Parts: sequence; C-alpha cells; structure tokens
Amino acid sequence: MDNKKEQVLSILEKDCTVSVEQIAAMLSMDVVEVAGIIDECRKNGTILKDRSVINWEKTNREMVTAMIELKVTPQRGGGFDRIAERIYQYSEVNSLYLMSGGFDLMVIIQGKSMKEVALFVSEKLAPLESVLGTATHFVLKKYKHDDVIFEEQPEDDREVITL
Amino acid sequence: MTFDPSLFINEKIKVMPPSGIRKFFDIVSTMEGAISLGVGEPDFVTPWSVRDAGIYSLEKGKTHYTSNSGMMELREEICNYLKRRFDLTYNYKETLVTVGGSEAIAVAMKTLLNPGDEVLVPEPSFVCYKPCAIIAGGTPIPVKTTADNSFKLTKEDVLKHLTPKTKLLVLSYPNNPTGAVMTKEDLEEIVEVVKENNLMVISDEIYAELTYGRKHTSIASFPDMKDRTILVNGFSKAYAMTGWRMGYVCGNEEIIKAMTKVHQYEIMCAPTVSQFAAVEALKNGDSAIEEMRDEYDRRRRLIVDGFNSLGLTCFEPQGAFYIFPSIQKTGMKSEEFCEKLLMEKKLALVPGTAFGESGEGFLRVSYAYSVKQITEALDRLTDFMNTL
Repeated sequence: MDNKKEQVLSILEKDCTVSVEQIAAMLSMDVVEVAGIIDECRKNGTILKDRSVINWEKTNREMVTAMIELKVTPQRGGGFDRIAERIYQYSEVNSLYLMSGGFDLMVIIQGKSMKEVALFVSEKLAPLESVLGTATHFVLKKYKHDDVIFEEQPEDDREVITL
Repeated sequence: MTFDPSLFINEKIKVMPPSGIRKFFDIVSTMEGAISLGVGEPDFVTPWSVRDAGIYSLEKGKTHYTSNSGMMELREEICNYLKRRFDLTYNYKETLVTVGGSEAIAVAMKTLLNPGDEVLVPEPSFVCYKPCAIIAGGTPIPVKTTADNSFKLTKEDVLKHLTPKTKLLVLSYPNNPTGAVMTKEDLEEIVEVVKENNLMVISDEIYAELTYGRKHTSIASFPDMKDRTILVNGFSKAYAMTGWRMGYVCGNEEIIKAMTKVHQYEIMCAPTVSQFAAVEALKNGDSAIEEMRDEYDRRRRLIVDGFNSLGLTCFEPQGAFYIFPSIQKTGMKSEEFCEKLLMEKKLALVPGTAFGESGEGFLRVSYAYSVKQITEALDRLTDFMNTL
C-alpha cells in the first residue's frame, strides 16, 4: 500500500468524522487527491463502513455479549469457509474469526439476554452438521474495544498555559 | 522592629521579572468555557510500559537515593540512545542525570560562569536561560533572531555581540517558541565562530526527537565540538514525561565532574522512581517517539494551514510543537492581541513577548492538542479575525 493511502486510512480509522479538507491539510495533500483516495477505497472495499463506537451501558438497553468457541469439521472443497458463511449470515453474529489453537471458529454474539444467546447457541449453532462442540463465554464488562477505552478518561487536565 | 521581607531577598532576584504569562494564566484558569493552545508540554500520557516500570520500582521498594550522577544502568542507556539516535559518542563518566533539562541548564551555568561572564542567548527563546545566567552571576546578552531568517542563528548575529567577556553561547534548537531548527549546514558557521573565539556552548536539545522532514543534528557531533558542548536533553518532550522531571547532560568528563559537585550539593540525585521509568523509555520507547511525532506532524500541518489561511502568516516550523505566527498585519501588539482574543473569544494563546522582546508581533501557538481542540480554536480565531 502506498504511503499516502496508508496515512489517509489511518487518520480515518481513528476518527471518520475528520473532513477531507482537514486530512488534506494534515498530510499536505490536495483535497481532490484525498477525496480520490477515499472514493477508491470505498469502491474497492478497503473502507467498509463508518460507524460510531457506542457504550450501551450508558443507556437502558439490555445487551449481552458472548464469545463462543466452536470446534468444527472442515468441509471438503470449502474448508472452513463454507461453514463460516453459514454462521456469519445470522444477524445475531457480531464477529466471526477463524482461529489457531484449541478450537476453530470464534463467534461473537450480541443478544438481549443470556437466555437469548443460549438459545441461539443450542438451537442454531450446535445443531449445524460440522459443529463438533461449543463453549460459551459471556462478557461481564467491556473495558476496551477496538482501541477505545470504555471507562471515562479524564479531560485535558494540564495547566492552561505553561512555557 | 517590623519585619520587611524585601530586605532579606537577594537583589538579583528582587529585580528579576516573573514569567510574562502569569497574568493570562490567572484569567484563563478561572474563565468558564475558555480553551487554550498555550501549553508547552505533550498532551500524550507517558507510554504505559514506562509508567509501569516506575510503579514496579516502587513495588520492589526502590525508594532510596541513587548515585549522585544517576543510576549506572540509566547513564549507560542514555549513551546507547545518543549513539543510536544521533550518532553521538559519550560514556557514562561524561553523563549526569538531572531533574529535567531545567536543572541541567541551571547547573551548567553555575558551574561555568564567573561574575561578569557574558552568555549569548538567541531570542525568542525559552524563558529560563537569562534568569539562570543571572542567578549564576553571569550577564545574559540577548541575540535577536528574525522571521526573515526563519529564526535561525547566524555567524554574524554571534559576532555582533561578542566581547572579550563572552564565555558561553546558548543554542536551543529545535526551538521553543518558534519551531525553528538549525541544520548541519546552519551549524557549520556557528561551529567556526565558537572555535575561533574559544567559547563554550550549552546546547538545549530537549526537542531533538521532534523534527519534521529531517533528523536533528547536534552541534556536539562536529569535530572538536564534543568538549566545547554541554549537551542538555531529557525525557519530557520525546517520551511525554514532563511530570517525571528527568533530564541529563553530557559533556567533557572534567566539566561533568564539576557539574556533579553543584548537582550533589543542591539536589543529591534525580528521583529514583523516575530513573527506573527512564531506563524503560530508553530501552523500549523508540516506537512511541515515532508514533507521537507522526501525530504532531499532522497537527502541525493542519494548524499552519489554518493560520496561513487566516492571513496570520507563519514560516513553516520544522521542529518542536509550536508555531509562531505573525500578527503584525493586525497592527496590534502581541499582549493586546492575546488579551482581546481571550476576553472576546475565550481562546488563550501566548504572546511572543513572553519569550523576549524580539517576540513582539508574534504569538506562540502550541499544537500539543487534539485535532478537535485545534479545530475549535481555529474556529474561534476565525470569528475573532472577522471582528477586526
């Protein structure tokens, strides 16, 4: 990846609300050039989505997150991809990773209650033909997610003017 | 007999003006909704592994004095670091660990100056050089540098102020408040004049890691300049460690030995917990320096662009984290501009005059702030400029 593209992307990855004009100024680039890079990255799927990181704990919404380890049998011709595809299509599935180590797939699920998650595992995931076993871990507290610390961080508490 | 405290205060201290920004500081700190681009320290928190090393040293009960010169491991790591990053060759005997760069400067002046010795201080510059020279019994001589010459020091500037009493030249590049740097080529003629006139240099290189586009060159790296240079550096700016108060000084072994005497009687040794943290910074902190520098660089470009588009032109600063824009087109004096801006738009900037008379007509603006804070400040400044 060329350096300019990488720099534009790393600014957006930290904060996608930074304007094209600001990015251009930060990197001493032309606005049109920056807009072109962003446009190209959207088109070719490098930039997939712009989203907000939300701390649901601050709202009344009940939310349970669980990490589920799956042991599966890879399928002939499709390897793990085919079974993965069957799993990630569920809207309950938040993330899905192929893993090295003691199990094969890591499924991250969000549901309204523990019961909802448990039902999803027992009724949807466990019965899948290639699934050999599951282990469900509920998230008790989110401290940091995607580079964002959830606990409130102190405001800029430096002295207002120093030399 | 009534007690008159002023009778007891040293005359030199009595006439010494306090730092020129106190007035602003007092107003800003009580003003609701005021924002500031006036801070001369990193907004980053010290990298976690460095903080953790400090905590670990406390857990282990490392709460005693260290050797006066600083822990051996730290001094050796400082030497490794200077070799790795700036190709400077020192050994531990030529290194003294101090309480921040500030102590290093004060101790250097006290060690070198006899009454009446003159110290050339290029201005605008950080506020401590002149008072430190006076406290040490010397006479500071301001040497004006100008925006036309990108606030660099030239051979002519030095020659103009040389007298038989001149002993020391202070170099402070990358510069606070202007962001100016001195390249290898710029330094060549200064080296010449230093050697020809048998001067010593105090080179305050606290911002050495924060240069944009080219690597910092130390005057100590020139042939025969190592002995003539007292190299001052520290952890505050490179590793965002201002509150740890960790600095160091390197130079000729005999001079360092003499400086150690002053240091040991005044300070004893730098804080032990900070020394442990500093070792970790030097061993594993190079990547943190680079990450912070890249971030400063982006903000630098953003803010220079913002000021230039408001017509408050600034030359492109190549180092530190300040810009030094000119407000001459507004016809206002620096202090007047800052006071009006603060009262009307609740934005605090530092008048250039806080850094010497040659700062008149300029502002010091720090970009050690988040993009959000910088953007908000630029918006307020735009509003203010529209009212003029």
